[in-house]
Amino acid sequence: MSAPARLSGLEASITRIGAVVMRYILVMKGSWPRLAELAYWPTVQMIIWGFVSNFFETHSSWVASAAGILIGAVLLWDTLFRANLGVSVSFLEEVWSRHLANLFISPLRPYELAAALVTTSFVRTLVGVLPAMALAIPLYHFSIFEMGFALVAYFSLLLIMGWSIGLFVSGVVMRYGLSAESLAWLLVFAFAPLSCIYYPIDSLPEWVQWIAVMTPSAHVFEGMRAVLQEGVFHWDLFLKALALDMVYICFAGLAFMGFFAAARDRGLLLQQGE
Amino acid sequence: MRPGSICVQAMNKIETSPERPIPDRGSADKRLPHEEPAGERPAVQVDRLTKAYGPVRAVDGISFDLYPGETVALLGGNGAGKTTTLSMILGLLKPSSGSVTVLGHDMSSRPIAALSRMNFASPYVDLPQRLTIAEMLLIYTKLYGIRKGRRRVEETLERFDLVALRDRPLGKLSAGQKTRAGLAKAHINEPDVLVLDEPTASLDPDTGDRIRGDLETTAKVGGAAILLASHNMDEVMRLADRVLMMRAGRIVDEGAPRELVDRHGRRDLEEVFLAIARDQTGHEHRETPDGEKA
Repeated sequence: MSAPARLSGLEASITRIGAVVMRYILVMKGSWPRLAELAYWPTVQMIIWGFVSNFFETHSSWVASAAGILIGAVLLWDTLFRANLGVSVSFLEEVWSRHLANLFISPLRPYELAAALVTTSFVRTLVGVLPAMALAIPLYHFSIFEMGFALVAYFSLLLIMGWSIGLFVSGVVMRYGLSAESLAWLLVFAFAPLSCIYYPIDSLPEWVQWIAVMTPSAHVFEGMRAVLQEGVFHWDLFLKALALDMVYICFAGLAFMGFFAAARDRGLLLQQGE
Repeated sequence: MRPGSICVQAMNKIETSPERPIPDRGSADKRLPHEEPAGERPAVQVDRLTKAYGPVRAVDGISFDLYPGETVALLGGNGAGKTTTLSMILGLLKPSSGSVTVLGHDMSSRPIAALSRMNFASPYVDLPQRLTIAEMLLIYTKLYGIRKGRRRVEETLERFDLVALRDRPLGKLSAGQKTRAGLAKAHINEPDVLVLDEPTASLDPDTGDRIRGDLETTAKVGGAAILLASHNMDEVMRLADRVLMMRAGRIVDEGAPRELVDRHGRRDLEEVFLAIARDQTGHEHRETPDGEKA
């Protein structure tokens, strides 16, 4: 066989990213239980919080002030959670299948892998969260889509934060191996109490508030409540969350590259696997 | 092909000026062992390569060259440093000191440029279990930036007798079929440098023989440089132009397979392997300029 013609430059880079995304999509597409699993938990969460919401609407004036405030909160929290899992579990699939070495022996650059993980996470998050969002309309007469631009903005901010956590966890797994894999599910929950998903920031003890305002998600959920309760989109909250997201994603990207370099230095890339 | 001690090899190292082009694929002539690769630039240059983990030196200052069209086998017992050496050549492991240059690119600073023209197969590094063979190969055509990827996949499936298995997930293949799929992946970009770790492990004699024939064609007709780690001495005898014997992170002897057998006064390469692994060579170790025993 003669040497095949090759792509180069940006086209080759985008094709490599696309190849890794395609790898995850093919695996997802080929397994209906996997697809169902993606949508299962967000839907169950939405149903539970829908009933809780129904109950509190007659027992709490705060919840009653905006229909769907709890459902909206749980749907957006799941966006963050799924975005994180979309990155970290996709990466873990490479480790579980002992495929990481073959990827890094190809011309795939570490940052291209990160870009592919993030793109895959976007698809997985949509597959996971959209059915729950849609199902909330007939079940609870709450359409999160009525938030319009605010939904797009908050959804994007939470995606970026989830990707940051996922990339950081992936880097830790690359460096410390599968003993760190549970971080994929656990680390994001460290942000849950600080994100003020179901309560306003000022309900926290003052010293915790100082920490909470350092998380993009706290500003997102504060902003979501303002939209649902007051019908106002607070640009200041959006911009604070965006700035923090930029810090988070830069830190996570650097950490991912740093952990890759450390794994390469210690010969861990060939040994990844169960 | 590159006979003699490491000392001789180190002194004869071919200069690698950027002006000297790497030969195009297919231009490598069919050299026989012990023929000098006159004027050719090495596809792989390993220079005083060392990997230390604390006080332990997994690879200890080894140097060798690998030329287009040449097949070199790394032999040694467990822990001799073969896998560590292969990992550094593939850019998966950062050397503590020394350098690896592949196709003119330093693997520490510019690995990607070389990686697009290299490939690797090992039964110990898996491929995605849930993908079919055809899907996996298509993904790798994209990773290697190959135009007309689908056509390339069909050609590769045919070459490795995998057409009937094209839609079978890798996780449902037998060990031998997986090995063939791994070799198909390793050939997908028609590499200039092919690194193989136990390439015919788990293959039945017939398939193993055909694969070895294919590897011979890859090197001698295609002009690829092949670095091979294997414990199958018959395979090494057939494929390798040169053997590097490793022990405790060092290259302790090298030469053409038949030459090694004769020099050690043994019946076959397996006996040479055992003698070197057990340090029963009775050979007086030679000193290289940097004090390395060869």
